[in-house]
Amino acid sequence: MNMLKTMMLGTAVAAIAGTTAMADGHACDISEGRVNIVGNEFPAIQSVAAAALECASGAEQAASNLTSEHQTINVAGMSGNPAEYTSAIVANSSIVALINEDVIRPLDELVSAYGADIPPQQLITVGGKVMAVAFMANAQHLVYRADVLEKAGLDVPTSYEEVLAAAEKIRADGIMENPVGGAYAAGWNLAQEFTNMYIGTGGEFFEPGTAKVSINNAKGVEALEMMKALTAYMNPDYLTHDSNATSAEWEAGNVALMNMWGSRTGVLMDEEGATEEVYSNTKAGGPLTVGDSGTPATTLWWDGWTVAKNISDADAAATFKSLAKATSPALLNEETMSQAVWLMEGYKPEAVNEGVLASVAAGSTPYPMVPFQGLLHTAMGDNIADFLQGSESAEQTLADIEAAYTAAATEQGFLK
Amino acid sequence: MKHSSFFWFVLPSAFLMLLFIAMPIASVVTQSLYTAHEQVIVEVKNCGPFGCKTEQSVDQEATKALRDAQPLGKFAGLDIYTDRNHLAVGELRTAWVNADGLPDFGNALMNLPFYKALTFTLTYTAIVTPLTLILGFMIAVAINSVPKAFKGPTIFISLLPFIVTPLVGSLVLFWMVDARGILGTGLQWLANDPTLSVKANTALMWIMLMFYGVWHSAPFAFVIYYAGLQTVNSETLEAAMIDGASRWERIRYVVVPHLLPLTTFIALIQLMDNFRVFEPIVSFSAQAHATSLSYAIYNDLTGETRLLSSAAATSVLTIIGVAILLSPVLIRTYRDFGTPK
Repeated sequence: MNMLKTMMLGTAVAAIAGTTAMADGHACDISEGRVNIVGNEFPAIQSVAAAALECASGAEQAASNLTSEHQTINVAGMSGNPAEYTSAIVANSSIVALINEDVIRPLDELVSAYGADIPPQQLITVGGKVMAVAFMANAQHLVYRADVLEKAGLDVPTSYEEVLAAAEKIRADGIMENPVGGAYAAGWNLAQEFTNMYIGTGGEFFEPGTAKVSINNAKGVEALEMMKALTAYMNPDYLTHDSNATSAEWEAGNVALMNMWGSRTGVLMDEEGATEEVYSNTKAGGPLTVGDSGTPATTLWWDGWTVAKNISDADAAATFKSLAKATSPALLNEETMSQAVWLMEGYKPEAVNEGVLASVAAGSTPYPMVPFQGLLHTAMGDNIADFLQGSESAEQTLADIEAAYTAAATEQGFLK
Repeated sequence: MKHSSFFWFVLPSAFLMLLFIAMPIASVVTQSLYTAHEQVIVEVKNCGPFGCKTEQSVDQEATKALRDAQPLGKFAGLDIYTDRNHLAVGELRTAWVNADGLPDFGNALMNLPFYKALTFTLTYTAIVTPLTLILGFMIAVAINSVPKAFKGPTIFISLLPFIVTPLVGSLVLFWMVDARGILGTGLQWLANDPTLSVKANTALMWIMLMFYGVWHSAPFAFVIYYAGLQTVNSETLEAAMIDGASRWERIRYVVVPHLLPLTTFIALIQLMDNFRVFEPIVSFSAQAHATSLSYAIYNDLTGETRLLSSAAATSVLTIIGVAILLSPVLIRTYRDFGTPK
């Protein structure tokens, strides 16, 4: 037990040493104000936060809280006055909650004072006001096992219809029993897969210009039917598999085709956790399509940083300067280059990032940034499992989602 | 005790109860009667690395004026309680009118989130509570007759399920019943069905959750019963023995009546605990098969948009549910202590 602890501590120290070494020599001219960052926890964000703290080492406070539970604390941590966190690192779905609660400030003045170097495509503007600075892109795309496809004599699928055909062939050939994977855990993950699929059929979530949901239509049924068809080739426990469990299934060599996050492919392709046969044959494909709408069945995501509203101007300046420096081209080096699809100049893509770039190139749709999308996402996550388990019709499930959303949106004041 | 000393004696705890129990409940009840303000929505152009799109956004200044005017929100009365995500009064009425017989009405009921959660919560409470009592009692009686030298270790092992954190305990079981786990594979072998999966089957998932519930809380009942067993009058037991009572008869006519007040106590605690079943649903990722009232509250509070009023309404409904469940036991206890002996 003690030995295990020592080993773990050793790894932790090495990891910290690694990030500090990387951010070395980036101390900036910041002598006042606070910098306190809250954000998700994965390698790319860890690198950004470490670089920002290094830059802000002369500030009154330089701290970060990176956790996968960041969404449950960022609004609360920024609502006080002065706010505990001076910056939250968010994605296009989670920035909506911060805007709705009015806890982040427009960055226009800070951009003109300190951000002349930030290229315009990195600035996230809402109604003409800069609200965040994006630094990386993410998307879900096909991940496949080259050796399994070759063995079955198949080309790399580009549509879900081809995935179904390939899965049938792999199963019929006796190579794998359940060759398809996917993060179909009831809740957020399942709702995300439906969002992808529904966008892929060319569907619109709301009546134009309103908060009135409209997914109970032929496209909604088509999306659900395709999801159900895919689950026939999945591990029967699919409703409990989130992204982590799906990745574990992949590394165990049980899956040959899946729709997975670009930010997670690096883990699948490295030497840890899988046999050589699995990791060396893991390849990133493009986004998949469904039907003939021409829109890829995936959503584009960015990760970016914000600055809290309820903090002093000195705090805001220190936060802005350190994060602007942290997400400048100076961040890119051998270690950080493959961690994400960076939006900064000087980024050179590697094999792990091809899927995300292909998704961007294919003209995929960004995840909607409307204030009530989160409510619909929750309603979808609560109801889709009923259809996949065969306990009700697709129309009934879609009607349930609409009804659950309508009740929640009425409560939140989005609908009358 | 004199009235004044009684007053000073209970004052600190009364104050703390007021502060930490009564006031939060009052706050939750208030919250459940108000909803968020009407959001002022404007169309804006959103731009980012993937281009521009016209989308809706909340007009902060206009909404802020509304918020400042009425900081608590918009008074909604019982609207939240009656909406579809709670008591669903309107949907129930429609289902009752349109239903083709009782089973059809039942299906419509199960389709409404509150009744679905309530059904699981009540089934769980009704099955787990008595099983916990019986199993706990059986363990206590068995361990009471173990030779002294082995008593310590056996008690320790019997207590383990209760010591292990619920979240961890259920995760351990979760992986054991996985299709590739030791219990999952064992079940497949027993049932002679290689595709059997506990996690994919609603009925099996319910059984597993209840099995876990009994496994986790039986030691609690055991400890209390075991302590109670130490107070059984040995002279009465010996007298019964001399009268020729078998071991079973001694337990039935001496031990069980002696432990009855304890049973009331354990049942009370277990009813409350089981009605709030929550951790196993999260750690078994069972939300596709079973939801409980507590899970509904958690779900409202962890979405990207927090539904405070909805969570508050479900909390109040849970409190009412606990009160209804406990009322028979409480009335009974009140009578027992109320009658002069």
